[in-house]
Amino acid sequence: MRGVTALDAPTGCDPANPWLAFPAVVDDVVDEIPGVATYRIRIQDHDAARRFQFRPGQFNMLYLPGLGEVAISVSGDPASPSPLPHTIREAGNVTQALARMGSGATMGLRGPFGSSWPVHECDGKDIVLVAGGIGLAPLRPVIYTLLANRRRFGALTLLYGARTPDDLLYTREVGDWTNQGLAVQATVDRATRVWNGHVRPHPGSGQFRFLAKGDKGAWSGHVGVVTLLLERLPLTRPEKTILMTCGPEVMMWYTIQAAQRRGLSQTNLWMSLERNMNCAIGLCGHCQFGPEFICKDGPVFRYDRIAPFLKVKSL
Amino acid sequence: MTDMERPADGHSSAFLPTAKLQTLIDHLIDDGFQVVGPTVDQGAIIYDEIRSIQDLPRGWTDRQEPGRYRLERRNDDACFGFVVGPHSWKRFLFPPMAAVATADRVDAAWVMRTPTDDPPRYAFLGVRACELAAIDVQDRVFLRGPYVDPIYKKRREAMFIIAVNCTQAAATCFCTSMQTGPRCKSGFDLALTEIHDGFLVETGSEAGAALADRLPISSATQDQLEAAEAARRQAGDQITKTLDTTDIRNLLLGNLEHPRWEDVSRRCLSCTNCTMVCPTCFCSSVVEVADLTGDHVERRRQWDSCFNVDFSYMHGGIVRNDIRSRYRQWLTHKLASWHDQFGTSGCVGCGRCITWCPVGIDLTEEVAAIRGKPVVEITLTRGNTQDESPAARDGAAFPPEEGSGSCEA
Repeated sequence: MRGVTALDAPTGCDPANPWLAFPAVVDDVVDEIPGVATYRIRIQDHDAARRFQFRPGQFNMLYLPGLGEVAISVSGDPASPSPLPHTIREAGNVTQALARMGSGATMGLRGPFGSSWPVHECDGKDIVLVAGGIGLAPLRPVIYTLLANRRRFGALTLLYGARTPDDLLYTREVGDWTNQGLAVQATVDRATRVWNGHVRPHPGSGQFRFLAKGDKGAWSGHVGVVTLLLERLPLTRPEKTILMTCGPEVMMWYTIQAAQRRGLSQTNLWMSLERNMNCAIGLCGHCQFGPEFICKDGPVFRYDRIAPFLKVKSL
Repeated sequence: MTDMERPADGHSSAFLPTAKLQTLIDHLIDDGFQVVGPTVDQGAIIYDEIRSIQDLPRGWTDRQEPGRYRLERRNDDACFGFVVGPHSWKRFLFPPMAAVATADRVDAAWVMRTPTDDPPRYAFLGVRACELAAIDVQDRVFLRGPYVDPIYKKRREAMFIIAVNCTQAAATCFCTSMQTGPRCKSGFDLALTEIHDGFLVETGSEAGAALADRLPISSATQDQLEAAEAARRQAGDQITKTLDTTDIRNLLLGNLEHPRWEDVSRRCLSCTNCTMVCPTCFCSSVVEVADLTGDHVERRRQWDSCFNVDFSYMHGGIVRNDIRSRYRQWLTHKLASWHDQFGTSGCVGCGRCITWCPVGIDLTEEVAAIRGKPVVEITLTRGNTQDESPAARDGAAFPPEEGSGSCEA
């Protein structure tokens, strides 16, 4: 019912002393969109870095001594875990300080924690990924994994919604992804301003088209919520289609409802939830969501496991 | 003999005179233990280091009601003639504040360490049946999950437990409903039952038996055995409070929108007292404590509470921003979702949360109110979810109509 947990894999975190962080350093920082950057973080101890493995959807606790820890999902390729990319929005004290420190920042890292996306169930299936905003970051490891084994899967689709064209992540990579066999459609809530991004939708098909850096143009793609893309997506075998979604909870809720109307089974619907995480090991109580600890039972859940609690306000 | 009455083993007929309790304490101290037991402090019976039988609350008892706790003089010199106070043993096994990690800046890099942790070997004297159950509950939390808490483990593995059977009950006690007491059945090294001139001694472990062999005990007389049995029976007979636990997990999780949550939120102060006195509540937060240079940082874990507003804070929003949702979280966790998480109730029926609630909220009454008129709204069987219309969702901020006209622009 849940994703595979961290403990099924060789892991950097010692289950007998889960409080101990690895010293780590930011190798480089790639600005993604305003307020969001991808930090490639390297565990400084070579042996620990070599042993460190993660599964798509898992997260690390990044620690700036004196400021605190933040839970950030790994946004990189599980097949290439050092350094570890983390795509981070500046939100609180820790993430703002990290943005100021930039490349060369030293920190602590605990992890990886939590359950993972069900890539092991995807063989022979059609896969639909539905992301909202920075919710694409925890799904990027899935994209890398699926594309590295492209022939094992049927149709691969990414439906991506963001507030504005300037809020679309990883636009530099979308061309590669489409070339490797991932159909990408994007939609925005507002297309009111001129866009300076690197990709734009192909007229007619709605597919992304890779533009040279510096190209300018008005957004001429989809406008509206991402669920509409799902409702209009051709699904040749919904009973063999797996959907994974990450984004604002309300977006995921409507995505799941739309997917069920399209004939997807509840047992093929997966989502990633977020709550306040303080310890990441199920001991502090902060991240509880009904019976679940998001940190160790999640963050990735099969929909039917958490369905009764998703619509309860202030749970 | 019923199961309840059956002694743990052959040592149950051993008798230790009151004056010789000091011998037991002395042996434990000689063996390197720090003996922790009940003692009177600031008008309450709390748990603290004791060295002498005179440190015990001899001749005192406690009178408890919802929102009320008073010490009163007994008409005898009993050592354990009371129930439970505001402390529980969790403050020794899961300290209110403990350093979990340190970070020191050396040559522009951080060195992460686990701080030296050299706690005393505790011998707990006077652990009640509900408290043995509470220790077992916290064992499940801190020792039997995928991650082990090293601070709890170190203290727990070194400890020695001398349980005491209750011989009376408070108006707030309901251990019989939670099937945790009043009789101490397991989880102790020694267990005592106090009668007028001493203690009946049971052993529950090899370490307990070894210590018992060094005590000046004699074989109990039939009168002493009967007095002990009567004393233990009296505790059970005095319990009046009940909590109907039938299908309580589904009762509570199936009534997350019950009007009683709103009702109790108008009485609850969200003061956190119930969670602080609860022997099983384990919520905590880690805070950063740096020296003035900022180069030496200690990560301190402190008790926290789901009643604190910022407990559920998440990048710019608070998930449980009203008392209704916080009380609901506490009670449903304690009595319902704890079963999913740890295979047991989180409540042992000690009644502390009732006594120490400043407005006297009684969780057994809250559950009874929900049971009396349930509003079962959602299906709880996992994998059996309604396909509900999106429009039915409360506070939907994502109307599917939005932008639909321009989707194919």
